[in-house]
Amino acid sequence: MNEKNNTLLIYTLIYFAFLYVPVLFLPLFSFNDANYMSFPLAGFTTEHYEEMWSKRNLHKALWASIKVGVVASVVSTIIALFAAKAFARYKFRGQKVSYGAIMMPFLIPEIILAVALLIIWINLGFKLGLVPVTIGHILFCTPFAMLILIARIEGFDFSLEEASRDLGESAWGTFYRVSFPLYLPGIVAALLLSFIISFDEFILAFFLTGSDATLPMYMWGQMRFVQKLPHVLALGAVILVFTTFIVLLAFWLRNLGQGKTKKDIGINL
Amino acid sequence: MNNSFIQINNISKHFADVKAVDDVSFEIKEGEFFSLLGPSGCGKTTLLRLLAGFEYPTSGNLLIDGIDITELSPDKRPTNMVFQNYAIFPHLNVEKNIQFGLRKLGLSNDEINKRVKDVLTLVKLEGYEERFSNQLSGGQRQRVALARALVRQPKVLLLDEPLGALDKKLRDEMQLELRTLQKNIGITFVFVTHDQQEAISMSDRVAVMNNGKIQQLSAPNELYKNPENIFVSDFIGETNFLKAMTKSSEGEFINASIEGLGEFKIKNNLNIAENSSDVVCSVRPESMMISKVKSDWDICLEAKIRQTSYLGEMTRFYVEVKGIDKVITVSSQHFDNQSFADNECFISISLEDISILNKK
Repeated sequence: MNEKNNTLLIYTLIYFAFLYVPVLFLPLFSFNDANYMSFPLAGFTTEHYEEMWSKRNLHKALWASIKVGVVASVVSTIIALFAAKAFARYKFRGQKVSYGAIMMPFLIPEIILAVALLIIWINLGFKLGLVPVTIGHILFCTPFAMLILIARIEGFDFSLEEASRDLGESAWGTFYRVSFPLYLPGIVAALLLSFIISFDEFILAFFLTGSDATLPMYMWGQMRFVQKLPHVLALGAVILVFTTFIVLLAFWLRNLGQGKTKKDIGINL
Repeated sequence: MNNSFIQINNISKHFADVKAVDDVSFEIKEGEFFSLLGPSGCGKTTLLRLLAGFEYPTSGNLLIDGIDITELSPDKRPTNMVFQNYAIFPHLNVEKNIQFGLRKLGLSNDEINKRVKDVLTLVKLEGYEERFSNQLSGGQRQRVALARALVRQPKVLLLDEPLGALDKKLRDEMQLELRTLQKNIGITFVFVTHDQQEAISMSDRVAVMNNGKIQQLSAPNELYKNPENIFVSDFIGETNFLKAMTKSSEGEFINASIEGLGEFKIKNNLNIAENSSDVVCSVRPESMMISKVKSDWDICLEAKIRQTSYLGEMTRFYVEVKGIDKVITVSSQHFDNQSFADNECFISISLEDISILNKK
């Protein structure tokens, strides 16, 4: 019994090490006072971070990523909300087919999606840039957002909506006063995760950006010069911390109010 | 008093191939406590949801107080509903829940506060304004649901098995309380339940439903004493069915030969046909008498006790009678399971307690 537990413990530790140790090199070397990634460490410094912040192009790329991320996450969450509500609430013809169709970008290799979008976009005679990237990200984020929202809405007691209609509210009033506040933790979780997915996305951006780089594109561009590596490490470390925080927040929100003993939450409008 | 306050005219509701409600017509009086009673799947809840506006009928129309509401959405109807699971808004406290339906009525703040205060007093929930749904007991949630519906002063209150989730003792209390409340405020109640005892004890009139149709609509005592068909006779209370055959009829009476009992002249309230074998006789367990010695009742039969169950206020005897191939149930408040040492007994029946019904 005990031996077995030890074996499992060791397995678990190796597993987590495999997952996270490589990633942890990023912050480690970002504080290393040297221009190359190797042991032994040369000493502690924050100068890479200062250098990172001084790059004008980085500011531009960050701003581009935020713009794309905000639009993509808001649009895909709205689409996903309508779809999730339909799937969770109603039975209709073609339900499974349309569910599959929405989830498809999840399964299609991203590079194929990217090439397809690129060909269409260029053939339509439009210029590459942040607009096609945003469209691609909406496509890519919607299934993620929908999975989160379906989980939230499936457990929803729809007699609450009937009660609201019964008490004199219109359909929109019911959405505003009852459904939306109760879905809100799920909606925010979907927004945050879609934003992060868009923020970190590389392949679609690689094919579709043209000259306006997003943050991952900027990093990719900088990697070609050895002397620029340290500030990319610093940037990577910052993104890592930021992403982890957002994902944890999203999962915490998603589960909020779903436990039996926890207080049901929602925002009173 | 308006005798046709709610008019249900040839209402049908089909879900795919299922006729949940099948061409039903009846009227409900103003101020009445009206119950829809039946087993699950009989169409009672669908009928209530049709009245509330959550479903629309396949055919037929609905009128409340002379106004056709068939096509109206729930928010436009003069009805409010108490839901089976109460459907208290979890993100709002008791006070906000109750105020929820007042916003659209165009009342002044003073009027809103007064109404909320009054209704909280009515359902005895003063001091609970700040609580949330998960801080309330089942009975308290039920009161909030009631208050939230009543505060809008609807013409009709619809109740969908509101007592189903409560334990027995609380349920009995709430039955009495609901009945008193309804008498005091005078609003028409339409109450859905599968519990015959609940329907009988609370209602002015009861519609018994099965397979989407009304089986009988009458006052509770009529349902019990004069069931119009075998379904109602079986569903309301308990009864013994005996095989029978009708012979000739004589005015209000009909001659029938009854399994194990012989041939008797029985009151024919339901115009049962002569010379029919598609009939049964029904005798309630508590209308029969069990005794140690022979009685001088119309019918007295020798019987053997097979089993007894002691229920406190009465004892139920399961007895075997010669010539009847089913076990007969007799209940008695006088004797208990200790009374018959040798299991020998007599069963007495008065002719007026035998009713004759069509099998279908």
